[in-house]
Order: sequence, then C-alpha cells, then structure tokens
Amino acid sequence: MNKPYNNKAWFFILPVFLTVAFSAIIPLMTVVNYSVQDIISPEQKVFVGLDWFRDVMRDSELHAALLRQLIFSFCVLLVQLPLGIGLALAMPHKGWKSSATLVILAMPLLIPWNVVGTIWQIFGRGDIGLGGHVLNLLGVDYNYASNPLDAWLTVLLMDVWHWTPLVALLAFAGLRSIPDAYYQAAQIDGASRWAVFRFIQLPKMRGVLVIAVLLRFMDSFMIYTEPFVLTGGGPGNSTTFLSQYLTQKAVGQFDLGPAAAFSLIYFLIILLLSFVLYNWMQSAGNNANASGGQHE
Amino acid sequence: MLRVANMNKTQDKTLTRTLVMLVYIAFTLVPLYWLLNTSLKTNEETLSVFTLWPNAPTLNNYKTIFTDPSWYSGYINSIIYVAMNTVMSLLVALPAAYAFSRYRFLGDKHMFFWLLTNRMTPPAVFLLPFFQLYSTIGLSDTHIAVALAHMLFNVPLAVWILEGFMSGVPREIDETAYIDGFSFPRFFLRIFLPLIKSGVGVTAFFCFMFSWVELLLARTLTSVNAKPISAIMTRTASAAGMDWGILAAAGVLTIVPGALVIWFVRNHIAKGFAMGRV
Repeated sequence: MNKPYNNKAWFFILPVFLTVAFSAIIPLMTVVNYSVQDIISPEQKVFVGLDWFRDVMRDSELHAALLRQLIFSFCVLLVQLPLGIGLALAMPHKGWKSSATLVILAMPLLIPWNVVGTIWQIFGRGDIGLGGHVLNLLGVDYNYASNPLDAWLTVLLMDVWHWTPLVALLAFAGLRSIPDAYYQAAQIDGASRWAVFRFIQLPKMRGVLVIAVLLRFMDSFMIYTEPFVLTGGGPGNSTTFLSQYLTQKAVGQFDLGPAAAFSLIYFLIILLLSFVLYNWMQSAGNNANASGGQHE
Repeated sequence: MLRVANMNKTQDKTLTRTLVMLVYIAFTLVPLYWLLNTSLKTNEETLSVFTLWPNAPTLNNYKTIFTDPSWYSGYINSIIYVAMNTVMSLLVALPAAYAFSRYRFLGDKHMFFWLLTNRMTPPAVFLLPFFQLYSTIGLSDTHIAVALAHMLFNVPLAVWILEGFMSGVPREIDETAYIDGFSFPRFFLRIFLPLIKSGVGVTAFFCFMFSWVELLLARTLTSVNAKPISAIMTRTASAAGMDWGILAAAGVLTIVPGALVIWFVRNHIAKGFAMGRV
C-alpha cells in the first residue's frame, strides 16, 4: 500500500483527463449555463437566476416521478441482491457446466437495452406473447399496457431478468477468491452452513457486493430505455421514471432552462445517494470484520 | 467434503443447487426463445394463432434485414463506433490505470472519484449539451461522435477494471525490469502488458458491451449516416403497424455479437465484473 509519491504520474492521467473532460466538463458547464437562463431563441437569452430551480423543486409531477424512482430502485435492490447471491452460491464451480452457466447468465447483459424492452414486449403481450398469453389462459387478468400494477411488475421483472446476472457474477467472483483452507477450517470446527455463509462467504464478498449495490443503484436510478420501449412510461404516468421525465422535458417540450436545472438536481441526488450508500456499506463491512475478528 | 457420512446430505444440497440454477436458466432463456420463435414466423401467424413453434418456419424476416441497406447498415454503423470506442478507451485508460496502481500523486483520490462520477451521470442529463457540442464542432452524425460520447462512461470503467488487474501484479516486477535495463515503453509493452492480458481482454469486452447496448446517446447524436441498429429498431417499432417478425429478427441479430465475444472471456468474466478487485 505504500506507493511512491510522484507527480509525474499526471502525464499518464492526462489523456484520460482530457478525453473525459471534453465529454463531461463542457456539457456540464452548458447545463449550468442553461439552468440560470431563459432561452427564448439562440440569440435571445435572459438571466433568470435560480427561478428554474424553484420551479423544479415545486413541480409536483417531478415529485411523483422521484417517488416512483426511489420505490423502483429500492425494489430492484431488494429482489436482485438476495437472488444474485443465491444464484452465485448455486452456480457450478468447475468444468463446462460452470462456463455454460456463466455464458447463459451473462447473455441478458449484452442485449441492447431497447431490445430488452422489445423482448419483454413480445413476451408479455396478451395477444402474441407467451407470458401474457399463459397468464390470461390461467385466468389472470393481466395486461401491462392498461393496468398500472401489471406494468410495474413487468418492468420490475424485466429489470430482474436483465440485471440480476450482474449481481450473481460479482458475487460468484467474490466466492471464487475464498481459499479452500477456509472451508476446511470451518468443517473441522463443525460450522453450520449458515455460519459458513455469515462468517466466511459474506465478509469475503463485501468488496464486490459494494460494487454490486452501487452499480445496481446508479443504473436503476437512470433507467430509461427499457421502460420507454415496453410501456412508454404508461399507463398514465405510472412507469415514468426520472430519466424519462427529464427527456420529455428537454427534447419533447424543449424547455431547456427547467430541464437543465432538473438535470443538475438529478445528478446531485445520484451523487449524494451513491456517496451515502458507499460510506454506509464500507462502515457496515468494517464493523462486520471487527466482530468477525473476535471469533478467530 | 465427500466423506461417506456426508454423502447423502451433500447430494441433497447439490440437487437443490442444480434445481435453483435450472429454474433461473429457464427464466433467462424463455423470453429469448420466444423472441427467436417470433422471428421465424410470418406476421399473420404471430397475430392469428398461438404456436410454440412456427407452423411454417420462415427466414424471410432475416432475409429482409440482410438485403435492405437501411437495416444492415445499422449493424455496420454500430460495430464501427463500438470498435472505435473500445480501442480509444483502452489506449487512454492503460497509462492512467498504471499511474493509479503504481503511484500516489497530487489529487489522485479526487481524480479517481471524479472519473467515477461520470459513470454515475444519467446520459439523459447530457443529452442536449452533447447534441449541441457535437453539432458545433461539426461531428454530429459521425461514428466518431458516438465513440467519443461513449467514452464518457467507458473510460472511467476501463480505468477502474484495469487498475484492479494491475494492482495484482507485484511492483517488484517493475523494479527488476528497470534494473535489467528496460526502458519504460519496452517494459510496459514487453513485460507488463502480457502479464495483464486477461485484464485487457476483459476491459475490451466491457467497453464493447456498454457501447453496444447504449441507445439514448447513440440515437441523439446520429441521424442518417451513423445511425445505430438499436435506433433503427425503435423507429420501426413506432410505425403504425407493428412488424413483429422483423423486429424480433433484428433483436435476435443484436444478441449474436455479444454472445460471440462473451465466449472468449468466459473464464475471466466473473473477475472482470468485479472490476478486477477480488
């Protein structure tokens, strides 16, 4: 951990800094610039100060979208984390079975996001889809295009289908890094399956689980394409999440000022929540390690 | 583990595991199967009867895609900008990851966190500024524009993964090479890169993957010449009459490149997803 201190390392960072800055800082400054102006036409701009921010903060549709977003991201983590860990524990460790399982599990991750929406559209529709058709045959009145609850469950199921493999692969990588000696020691001590999980596997997976929670949280908080294709945000506004609402405002209605103010607030929310989650999980992990240490 | 007394118990456990795995694999594959099934049907069959396997399987939907330039050019465009993005991201990320893994320097932690914040930015936030920025510098509707825009989230990711893999290489190797009289570029290319080649492969895979699946920015920055396949699909989907067969066939074809590349990194993919730090 004692790396030498050398500011010349900056020369190595410079290409990354320049390319990312080009795509990040210039657009960010543009957003900041828009957020304080009323853009009537490209030539005619009026400085309005923080008016847009006030508007956005009072926008009740935005509050509704934010609430939906928080519930959605919470559900995503609630389902995908335990399921992903369970899958990782159930995965075969060696041989062609392990390779085949990995490849099949990773498949949904490589499908363009709009195609994921298309797949679930074709699968879920009552008239042409296997899923929707079977549910209707079983007497369930299922229609994701008209019933908000069905739409919600379909979007959630689609996200589980799409992203649980990510959690599973991360957890699997964590599990593979545990030396056999740990398990042998646990067996000699007569440790139960639960104790092995709680005191060996879970602490060893901490690092990758932090990454999993962060990635799943950030990405579910920006979800756009899949519900856009599947439900278009409907029925009504029931599956309109933050990105969709923002895109409607910026591109659909061309309200540049409010959209920019909204963008900044959106970005800050993600940054803040990710930061809190990260610190919380780090400290929770440290406590677990401390108590684990006493057992040794 | 396989002592006689534990035999039955172990077998039970293995059975439950296998069962859980099989159920989940079925859950993954069934929607994909349905996509394939729909792509092999005519629209009349899709809309009129309900069949688990097409009555008269047809490859016409695929034929349309392979013969109509407005369809197949989408695949070519996507592959061009994805390849550009992967190469450029790796080129800039390799030295940076090396610096992060080997040295401390002024503002290193802040720099790393700042890079990660770009992975956290919703693309929707940058949609409009990107469009204007690339129009202003005359790059809109080019492959390079999409490749550059995707670097926003791929470069931080590439640095993150590569740094994890590089930190696993002991620093003694660098020092020994210098004592043996290797110059830095020669050391990096001849000794260091071969040591982390699985890391480079995995990183390339991830850059490919995230650029391949992204739609929002790719669609906004292109109109005709560089339009990606995913954008062509949404345009067709929003037309009055849905052409389910072609949509499904196009979907199946978007899965193929991913399924091919994943095979090459299958042994490292789990570690790659953990950003190299397991």
